[in-house]
Amino acid sequence: MIIPLEHYLIFGAVLFTIGIYGILVRRNIIGILISIEMILNAVNVNLVAFSRSTSASPETGQIFAIFVIALAAAAAVVGLALVLALFRVRKTVLTDEITLLKW
Amino acid sequence: MNATESLRYFLPELFLLSGALISLGLDLFVRNKKLVGFFAVLVLLGTAVFPQVSDLAGKPLELFYGFFTLDAYTCFFRVLTVLILAATVLISISYRELSPSEEGEYYTLLLLTGFGLILMAASTNLLMIFLSVEFVSLMSYILTGFLRKSHKAKEAAMKYLLYGSAASGIMLFGMSLVFGASGSLELSIIRNLSATAPFYGVTLIALILFLVGLGFKISMAPFHMWAPDVYEAAPTPVAAFLTVAPKALGFALMMRVLSTGFLWINWKWSPLLMGLSILTMTVGNVTAIAQTNIKRLLAYSSIAQAGYILMGVCTFNETGVPGVLIYLVAYAFTNLGAFTVVIMVSNSTKSDELLSYAGLAKRAPFLAASLTVFMLSLAGIPPLAGFIGKFYVFSSAIQAGYLTLAVAAAVNSAIAAFYYFKVVRLMYLVPEETPEKIPYPLPLTLALGLLLIGTFAVGLAPSVFIKAVQTALFV
Repeated sequence: MIIPLEHYLIFGAVLFTIGIYGILVRRNIIGILISIEMILNAVNVNLVAFSRSTSASPETGQIFAIFVIALAAAAAVVGLALVLALFRVRKTVLTDEITLLKW
Repeated sequence: MNATESLRYFLPELFLLSGALISLGLDLFVRNKKLVGFFAVLVLLGTAVFPQVSDLAGKPLELFYGFFTLDAYTCFFRVLTVLILAATVLISISYRELSPSEEGEYYTLLLLTGFGLILMAASTNLLMIFLSVEFVSLMSYILTGFLRKSHKAKEAAMKYLLYGSAASGIMLFGMSLVFGASGSLELSIIRNLSATAPFYGVTLIALILFLVGLGFKISMAPFHMWAPDVYEAAPTPVAAFLTVAPKALGFALMMRVLSTGFLWINWKWSPLLMGLSILTMTVGNVTAIAQTNIKRLLAYSSIAQAGYILMGVCTFNETGVPGVLIYLVAYAFTNLGAFTVVIMVSNSTKSDELLSYAGLAKRAPFLAASLTVFMLSLAGIPPLAGFIGKFYVFSSAIQAGYLTLAVAAAVNSAIAAFYYFKVVRLMYLVPEETPEKIPYPLPLTLALGLLLIGTFAVGLAPSVFIKAVQTALFV
């Protein structure tokens, strides 16, 4: 049985929405970073699903997905390094307590 | 064109890249880190004048199987990028906050960012667009948080990273939809979609999501929230660089995406960008009035300037497109110049508060006069650079019949003049508090002089620059 394209797209859209919701409501920086990863994974689901159905050459979307995974790792490295640096001096990872810069 | 054939045309970029790697090695051997900075300036100037193998009057070259498009447009933005970077390195050399133990890597990071920026100008493929934007973003996060001792810088870098990653995630989701609708990652194939295609609605949503990512890079409202914090807390040369280079290349990329991929639905994105343009300039100008920190004031002013430049993008006619490029050149000279003065003043007063500029005309007449020139240019007073840029984008709006936009921009210019003149008034009419002498280190003075000349040159002899822009656009 082949799963139709729509199912993947709905799954991707749900994952994307959860990610956006997480970014907006999370107070913990780690939580926000995880929400961003969820958005990137929604993108990957979309890319791979499309590469099987509508793409002219099936490997394009899959290669793109691999690049997205690699770049997500790079962004996570920089992000977590900054979280650590921030935690060392401020002893918090909650966004509403990091308020040196305003308006 | 395959990879080995392409290398011949890729020499300027290879030169820049090898310069970056050599500077990383040089950092290990020289004790005086300023030398690495001077080496970086030489590499950048070398890249700017590096002879291009082909004549680019003909067809654009598709290097590396179409992953790098070499045309006059790319060359124009390559020169602009490396010149902005050269100015940035020059004003970093005498920046007081930068500690010698970290200075070497700093220049390498700037050179590598330059490579990423050139890739942004040259990409016509969704994968390359994503990679180059993300490359530049990651470098910007690191540069923002570069000062290890500053708590503010860490906070700003963190905010920048969170906003940036979220924006690029949203942009990627848009890209995945475009890929689904067109079946390809090439912008030139996406162009062949039409309003009757089954995926028409998807393409519209995808384009809006795409604009979120690009809007973040150019600090377009409502995705501008990161800009004031980052520009205030980043090391001042980095702030100068971030207000100019990623923004200019963000616009370059935006115009490439809209013209190559999505010109067939311009009646959809044009009104959208018009609204965002008015919103951006209003938010920037109105918030700038209340600022008490010069870097924050310049940050909001740079948001407002992005709004003006967006006017040219949204009309996208024969005045608007060259207008954007000329505006970017004028803005680069002016804003870098203003930040150079900020660095020179903060080197001696150790403060970026507006009040420390009181009576600057007595302490440092030359600095006060230069800052006045830059402020007037930002406000768009003739015969300075800013006026030429404004002239083009305003006339493009009137030509396209967007009178609402033109009126909104005119009102905004009046508001903007208020806070630009506030700085001038402080320097000339308010008595000074600390009669401190301000030193003129050579690299900073040199950069300041060149940027002043540039600001006057664009204003007094615009034809040279207009011709350069027209060759870049084949008109």
